[in-house]
Amino acid sequence: MQSSTQSLDTQCRSDFPVLKRRVRDDKALVYLDNAATTQKPIQVIDAITNYYKNHNSNIHRAVHALAEESTEAFEATRSKIAKFLNIAHSEEIIFVRGTTEAINLIAYAWGRDNVQKGDIIVTTEYEHHSNIVPWQVLTQETGAELRYVDIDDNGELMLEQLDEHLATGKVKLVAVSHVSNVLGTITDIQKVIKKCKDAGAKILIDGAQAVPHMKVDIGNLGCDFYAFSAHKMLGPTGVGVLWARKELLENMKPFQCGGDMIREVHKQETTWNDLPYKFEAGTPNVADVICFAAAIDYLTEIGMDNVRNHEIELTKYALEKMSKVKGLVIYGPNDTKKQGGVISFNFKDVHPHDVATIIDKNGVAIRSGHHCAQVLMEKLDVAATNRASFYIYNTKEEVNTLIDSLEQVAKVFKL
Amino acid sequence: MSGDPIYTEMIIEYSRNPSNFGKIENPQIHRHDSNPLCGDSIDLYVNIDDSKITEVKFDGKGCAICMACTSVLTEMIQGKNLDDVKNFQKDELLAELGLEHLIKTSPVRIKCALLSLKALKYGIYSYFAEKMNDVEAAGNLKEEAASLY
Ligand SMILES: Cc1ncc(COP(=O)(O)O)c(C=O)c1O
Ligand SMILES: [Zn+2]
Repeated sequence: MQSSTQSLDTQCRSDFPVLKRRVRDDKALVYLDNAATTQKPIQVIDAITNYYKNHNSNIHRAVHALAEESTEAFEATRSKIAKFLNIAHSEEIIFVRGTTEAINLIAYAWGRDNVQKGDIIVTTEYEHHSNIVPWQVLTQETGAELRYVDIDDNGELMLEQLDEHLATGKVKLVAVSHVSNVLGTITDIQKVIKKCKDAGAKILIDGAQAVPHMKVDIGNLGCDFYAFSAHKMLGPTGVGVLWARKELLENMKPFQCGGDMIREVHKQETTWNDLPYKFEAGTPNVADVICFAAAIDYLTEIGMDNVRNHEIELTKYALEKMSKVKGLVIYGPNDTKKQGGVISFNFKDVHPHDVATIIDKNGVAIRSGHHCAQVLMEKLDVAATNRASFYIYNTKEEVNTLIDSLEQVAKVFKL
Repeated sequence: MSGDPIYTEMIIEYSRNPSNFGKIENPQIHRHDSNPLCGDSIDLYVNIDDSKITEVKFDGKGCAICMACTSVLTEMIQGKNLDDVKNFQKDELLAELGLEHLIKTSPVRIKCALLSLKALKYGIYSYFAEKMNDVEAAGNLKEEAASLY
């Protein structure tokens, strides 16, 4: 990374090898699909190579040198995450495959023992499928009820509906995303948590689109469960984090059983290992957990406030320019104070895949589809949307290329 | 932007004003198919009389490529002999809209282009194999349909 008087993208862009790619007809790659996954800096790529070249070993089991080094590096990532998110007890951090697995872990290991017929679980209209379907399955199995908090015309949660649900006194869990992956809406999470606490309901936060983009202080939030994925924050695929309060984890049964998560195994009974190992059965994704530390170091060096400010600047610039493109409709808050670096939009009468195909020819990568949020698509009354999402390395010039491409779409379809 | 290899005037025009758009009540062939990646979702309706296609319509939602290709397919098979339609090849359909290049250039969008042909082949298969109990006439249409991406 270079000096900090320059804009963030200039400082860090050269650390990302893939951004030098040319695609299609020798066009510079403009990568605007960061909500799906981010690119990786050379520091992260080097870390994984270094691990396999010099340290590779299983962890927690052997006393030889490599095993000790690997175990130490693996646990160092856990400590780094604790510091990054202000988590006092690092044993509350469970390594999983990603946000999806973290939420499913709660639905199984906590849900099956704590949710019964007559109980209510609340989720929202702007959740990713991974924060809806596990609750559908759980409520169907247990005879509990699944309720939704709807969104208003600005793509914000109608929290008075949460009040109504909580007032029944039957809500066991509220599952809500910190930032919507489609609309970019930032949930007023403090308010939601307070309401849940006051009503005695547990609260799970899907932070997949929050932790990568803003400062998150889990230690002071007061929620019960928090989940996110490494691959959306410069890290490798296949690593995610579930954070949960210790008392909850201690009272939960394991999610999977096998090696590492046991203390003693006899023919007919087994005692569980301490936290966090009780929830980390089998050989974990050692290499990727270890190289995730390099991603956290990278973001720490930049500073999460700078990440957020850079995204605000790009989003503001893009929103303003997009509002002038003929026939283009923007969904969501359309206000950078209330939204992350995500913009969902459509052209009247033009299918999002046609939009994505036309602009892909200019090297611009955006996402078109339902974004694993079909409940939200139904609400917006569309089959799909286009989504541009920004990260630290994106530039205003890239936004300009996006806008030029969108103007081409308007022209091709004679809007 | 002139000379776009996919979004030609013809494709835009068809996507705006699809041919044979609508529904046939109680048709002899009805086949629904969808393309989860794109969200294309169409229903194809065909009536047959004396081994000839007498009427064909479709409805549903889709991208410009899907709408244009389905429109053109319905135009091409209207009034044709069922035996000829059975052997109808994807290249003929793609050539009609200048989309042959999609086979090489876009493994994703080719699915949009061939969704209706896939529905048609399955539909004719079911007509022969299930309605007419003539497995021989149905031939390998089912396999052919399945191989259309
Ligand atoms: C808000 C949100 N939740 C959950 C997920 C699922 O994350 P993963 O696929 O890493 O498990 C995503 C990723 O698309 C997301 O954006
Ligand atoms: Zn399509």
